[in-house]
Amino acid sequence: MKKTFKFAAAAGLLLSAFSAFADTFVFTAIPDEDESRLQQRFNKVADYLSAQTGAEVKYIPVKSYAAAITAFRNDQVQLAWFGGLSGVQARKLVAGSEAIAQGYEDQFFKTYFIANKSAGLSAEETLSAALKGKTFTFGSKGSTSGRLMPEFYLREQFNAAPEDIFSRVGFSGDHSRTIAQVQSGAYQVGAVNYTVWDNELAAGNIDPEKIQVIWTTPTYPDYQWTIRGDVDARFGKGFKEKMRKALLEMKDKDLLASFPRESFVPASNDDYAPIENTARAIGLLED
Amino acid sequence: MRPDNDALMLLNRLPGVRPAHSSGRRLRRISLLFIAIALACIFLADLALYPTDPWRELGRIGWGFITPYWADSSTLFSALGQTVAFALLALIISVPLGLMLAVFYHWRPVRMLAAAVRSVHEIFWGLLFMQLYGLSATTGLLAILIPYTGVFAKVFAEMFDRQAPEPALAVSPFSSRISRYAYTLIPQSLGEMRSYCRYRFECALRSSAILGFIGLPTLGFHLETAFKQGQYSEAAALLWVFFILIASIRFWLRGWLLPVYAALALWLLPQSPPLGSSYAWQFISQDIWPRALQQGDLSAAAAWYWLEFSQVAWPALLQTLYLTQIALVLTGVIALLCYPLASQAISGRAMRWPGRLLLLIMRSTPEMMIAFILLLLLGPSGLPAVLALALHNGGLIAFLLANHSEQQPQRADDPKGINRYLYLHTPRLYPGFLAFLFYRWEVILRESAMMGILGIATLGFYIDSAFEEIRYDKAFFLIVVAAALNILIDSLSRRIRRRAGADLSAGVG
Repeated sequence: MKKTFKFAAAAGLLLSAFSAFADTFVFTAIPDEDESRLQQRFNKVADYLSAQTGAEVKYIPVKSYAAAITAFRNDQVQLAWFGGLSGVQARKLVAGSEAIAQGYEDQFFKTYFIANKSAGLSAEETLSAALKGKTFTFGSKGSTSGRLMPEFYLREQFNAAPEDIFSRVGFSGDHSRTIAQVQSGAYQVGAVNYTVWDNELAAGNIDPEKIQVIWTTPTYPDYQWTIRGDVDARFGKGFKEKMRKALLEMKDKDLLASFPRESFVPASNDDYAPIENTARAIGLLED
Repeated sequence: MRPDNDALMLLNRLPGVRPAHSSGRRLRRISLLFIAIALACIFLADLALYPTDPWRELGRIGWGFITPYWADSSTLFSALGQTVAFALLALIISVPLGLMLAVFYHWRPVRMLAAAVRSVHEIFWGLLFMQLYGLSATTGLLAILIPYTGVFAKVFAEMFDRQAPEPALAVSPFSSRISRYAYTLIPQSLGEMRSYCRYRFECALRSSAILGFIGLPTLGFHLETAFKQGQYSEAAALLWVFFILIASIRFWLRGWLLPVYAALALWLLPQSPPLGSSYAWQFISQDIWPRALQQGDLSAAAAWYWLEFSQVAWPALLQTLYLTQIALVLTGVIALLCYPLASQAISGRAMRWPGRLLLLIMRSTPEMMIAFILLLLLGPSGLPAVLALALHNGGLIAFLLANHSEQQPQRADDPKGINRYLYLHTPRLYPGFLAFLFYRWEVILRESAMMGILGIATLGFYIDSAFEEIRYDKAFFLIVVAAALNILIDSLSRRIRRRAGADLSAGVG
C-alpha cells in the first residue's frame, strides 16, 4: 500500500512539475558545437529572448538531433536551433512551422574532408580516386555537415554508396570526435563541420603534422531557427514576428558566441530546398 | 519443465528425490562447447585490427583521468542526485511489481510478459518513451522500472524454486497461492531477495547514469558531453564521483532510511516542459507501423517487413550474435582471472584492495566509453566492442565471484594463494560462475546490440539510425526483432543452466 501511495505521490509531483512550465516558451538547440556549459550559455540567450518578447523563455538541453526533432514535434519546445537536415525533417513533421532566421555563416556553410597524414592523401580540387578503400567516418547520423552533404558529394563523385567506396564507414557521433578519431588514425578520413575544425585548430587541439584538410565542399545552407506555426495562437498575436525580430537583432557578441555566429539573418523554408532535395537524393527523406 | 500441479512439484523436490548435482564432466562439456562456438565466431564476426597512432589522445585521456576537475559543484551534485533518484524510485516501484509477477510465474502469459519487457535495453525503452512522454522524469523512470520489473520477476521466481519445499507442505492444501507464498516462500527467500535488491540497485545506478546519454539529467549526460568534447578531466571527475557513489553504497543504503531517500528522490526529480497531447496516440497508432499497413495494404506491408528483415535485420542479428558469443567467453576468462585479485581469501587482506578498485573501475565505467578508448587503439571494427563488453561484464562477474569466494568456509589446513585459487575456490565456484555467466548472456546480447553506435553493423546500429532518420516504423520493427532474439537466448540460457547443473545454489551459496 505504501508503494501505491508513493507512486501516486510521484505522479502528482510530476503533474505539478508540468505546471511550473505552463505558458513558458521553451527552445532547444541541436547538440553540435561545444556542448559543455551549454546550459549556462543558452540560459543567457533565454534571458535575452525573455526581455525582448515579454514571454517567459526557457532553454532545455537535448542529446541528439533526433531528440531535438522529437521535442519540437510533440510541442515540448516551440523553437529550435536546428541543422539544415534536422530543420527540414522537423518542418516536415510539424505543419505550419517555419524557418525564421539563420546564422550569417549558414548562408554559405561547408564541410571539410580531413585525412590522417599516414593515409598518403593530399589536398586536391576534387574528391580524389585515392580515397577508395580507405576507412572513413561521418559525424552524427543526422548531421548536415557531418553526414548529409559529404555523403551527397561522395555519391556524386564516385557514383556509389559510401560503404562501397570505403573499406569501412563509421559514425563518430560528433564533429570533435571525428577529428580525434582521424587524428589518432582510427579512421583515415573523415568529414567535419568547418567551424568546429577552425575552433579546434585555434584551440591547439589539432596537430598539423598528423592531420590535414584534403577537400572542401561547395557551400550550402545550414543551421537555422525554426518556430512552430501555432505560437501566435498560444502566446498572442504577432509573437512569431517578435521572436524573429529578437533573433535578428541579437547583437551581443557574448550571446552570438554560443552558436557561434557573427549575427543572424532572415531565412525562409525555401532557403532549405537544396537540403531537402539532397536528403531525398540520398534516400534520407521520402516523398 | 514446470508441472502444473504445485503439490507434485513440491513432492519432486523433497530431499530424497532431488536431482543429482552437477558433475564436473557436464560443466566441462558445456564450457568447451561455448569456447568452440566463440572460436568459430571469430572467423565470422566483423573483427579487424588497424594500425593507429593513438598516443596523443590516450595521453590526454590518461592525464585527465588522474587530474579530475569540475568547475561548478552545483551541476555535479544535481546530476548525482538525479542519478540516485531515478535508480531508487525505479527500484521502489519495480521490486513489488516484480514480486507480484514472480508469485504468478507459473502462468505462461506472466512469464512471457516478464521476458518481453526485460528483452529491450533501457536505452531503447528510453528512446521509445521519449516519443510518448518527451524528455521527462516519467520517461526516465519507466525506462528503468519496466525492464527491471521483468528481471525481478524472473529472479524472484527462480529463488522461490530453490527454496526447501518442506515449509510449504506444512501449509493447508486449501490455502490460496498468495498466502502460501506470503507465509513460506517469500520469508524463506527474504535474505536472498534483499541482497539481490542491493546488487540490482547498483545496476540501476548504472542504468540511470547511462540514460543520461540520451538526455536525462543524470551523470551520464555531462559525462558523455565531456568525453565527446575531449574534456577528459571533467569526464574523469564525473567518473570518479560515480565510482565513489558505487563503492559507498553499502555505507549509506539502509533499509530504515529508504522512506527518507524516497521522499528526497521525489523532490529531486527534474521538472520538464509539458507535451502537446495529441502526439502520443499518433505515435502508437501510426508512426510505428509502415505506411502500407496504415493504408490496409497487407501484402505490401508484408513485403516491407520481409525486405527489412532479410536486408537489414537478419545480417545485423547474425553480427550481434557473433560478437555476443565471443564477448561471453572472454567475459568468463576475464572474470576467472580477475576474481582472485579481489578476494581476501586468496590475495590476502591488504592486497585485495587494488583488485577491488580495479573491478570497481571495470564494472562501473560505461562500456561505450571503454569501447571508444579501445577504438582509438585498435581501429574501427567489432574488436573494441567485444573487448569493452568483456572487460565490463568480466569485472562485474569477478566482483560477484570475489564476494562468494570470501564467504567460502575456511579450514586451517586449506592450501594458500594460487593453490587455493586453482584447486579449491575455482572448482567450488565454477557452477555458480557459469550460472552468472548464463544470466549475463542476454545482458551481453543487449549491450552488443547497443555497440552498433561504434559503426559496427549490429542491430543497435540500425535501430539508432532509424531513430535518427525519424523512421519509427523501422526502429520499432528492429526493436521487436532484437527483443525476440533476446527472449530466445534467455530461454536457451535457462535450459542450458538446468541441464548443466550450473545453478547458483550448486556452488555459490
